[in-house]
Amino acid sequence: MSILTVKDIYKNFGRNEILKGISFDMQAGEVLSILGSSGSGKTTLLRCLNFLEKADAGQVYVDDALIFDAKTDKKMTARELRSKQLNFGLVFQNFNLFPQYTAMENVCLAPQLLARENPEYKTHHKEMIEKIREDAASLLERVGLSDKKDFYPSQLSGGQQQRVSIARALALAPKVLFFDEPTSALDPELTGEILNVIRSLAEKDMTMVIVTHEIEFAKNVSDTILFMDKGVVAEQGPAVELIENPKNERTRAFLQSFKR
Amino acid sequence: MSSAFWQFQTISFFNKTHSERWFLMDFAVISTVLSALTEGFMQTLKLFFITLLGALPLGLIISFGSMNRFAPLRYLCKTLVWIIRGTPLMLQLIIIFYIPGYLFEGGNPWPSGESGRFLAACTAFILNYACYFSEIYRGGIEGVPVGQQEAGQVLGLTKSQVFFKITLLQMIKRILPPISNEVITLVKDTSIARIISMQELIWAGYSFLKGSHGYSGLIWPLFFTGVYYLLFSGLLTILFGKLEKKLSYFK
Ligand SMILES: Nc1ncnc2c1ncn2[C@@H]1O[C@H](COP(=O)(O)OP(=O)(O)OP(=O)(O)O)[C@@H](O)[C@H]1O
Ligand SMILES: [Mg+2]
Repeated sequence: MSILTVKDIYKNFGRNEILKGISFDMQAGEVLSILGSSGSGKTTLLRCLNFLEKADAGQVYVDDALIFDAKTDKKMTARELRSKQLNFGLVFQNFNLFPQYTAMENVCLAPQLLARENPEYKTHHKEMIEKIREDAASLLERVGLSDKKDFYPSQLSGGQQQRVSIARALALAPKVLFFDEPTSALDPELTGEILNVIRSLAEKDMTMVIVTHEIEFAKNVSDTILFMDKGVVAEQGPAVELIENPKNERTRAFLQSFKR
Repeated sequence: MSSAFWQFQTISFFNKTHSERWFLMDFAVISTVLSALTEGFMQTLKLFFITLLGALPLGLIISFGSMNRFAPLRYLCKTLVWIIRGTPLMLQLIIIFYIPGYLFEGGNPWPSGESGRFLAACTAFILNYACYFSEIYRGGIEGVPVGQQEAGQVLGLTKSQVFFKITLLQMIKRILPPISNEVITLVKDTSIARIISMQELIWAGYSFLKGSHGYSGLIWPLFFTGVYYLLFSGLLTILFGKLEKKLSYFK
């Protein structure tokens, strides 16, 4: 059984074809890294899968059940869309933390709003909120920020902000967590702390899709690597093999450009 | 020169007994002047608050209009804003108050007397300030990064939750300084209603120079109106400062 199946995703912006039939498949606990040169459509792919952009064609399955089909998508209500969205979490390149909330509040906001829709909320809201806060505290501990719970984003370093945003995404217990270049907006000395958090999530069998330019990291942490080029999957395979022995010419050229 | 003009000059400059009244400030005068000025100030305040009450929400509607996807509506709103912001409020006030009387068969649509002048002033001020506010709102809404909305959406928040829990406060923080500027300008702009003889604070102060309540040629009441403006705008400055400070806990 696959936890995520992506089939033939197409996306145009006007007359620009950005995604031209992207397909892949993931098992639970698998870590997939997506590499590719700038403009190859990596961000667009993540945005389509997370419903921030509507794909023009293709299907998405979670646990082998169809959750998105470009053909029938129009019939989806806002509520349905939202419940499907919650299968996934997305960590942005530039964090997008909510500046008016503390680290703790950033993590708690979505679970608390979601809990209100629970029929038991009226009678048990105290316990539910208590539970959400406990979970959030332990998530912040997991990303090493117990002592920064009550800090506002502007009081945190970039690396700390990104760790809060990872905790925020984890708080909704997504089946698949997507990262869009989680370290690109950070100073080089801060990338390590993010990569360590991702590594620890991989050890806990979190299913993750990571768009990154950190080749070494991708090779070490992921099971599979997918190389994208101009909107298509140029090559896909076991991580170490793909990096050390690329078959596709474009992959080779891309990897070469990193070695200098 | 009309005889009235000369009479004024005589009283003010050449007649000693009257000229002593220039700075006459015994208790009776002071209490008469203060009560008349306060009455004028009440009209000023009424115009001020009614303008805010109308222009703050109307501005939001115009700003939504000028960001609308429907091009004709967008251009209509943008043209309105351009005209109103590009011409003097005084001109708009004169047009709104006097012109309808010439255009319509039935004569002036405004009620006669002070209530008509007040209504016309409210209309012109609300329209004028709504256009200024709409631009401020637009800047505030467009200034909140899209990433905020997207982060909310990815976390499963509904559209209204995104607006009320995430965007709104950031927007308020952004627009507070320019709104506070406009509001303080409005305090002083209310005096423009004097041009259609609305009986606001400046009108009340000037009346003692011109002759009313048994006094004429009295200069200090006109100067003293400045104290009202200063105190009121000072109070607002402090108030807005407090609000801005309240929102300074985040960036
Ligand atoms: N909203 C949009 N409207 C029009 N074109 C867009 C839009 N978003 C992305 N594009 C275009 O799609 C192409 C792919 O962009 P995308 O951001 O997916 O690339 P990427 O692989 O993530 O690149 P990078 O490594 O630089 O982040 C680019 O040429 C970009 O200009
Ligand atoms: Mg990108």
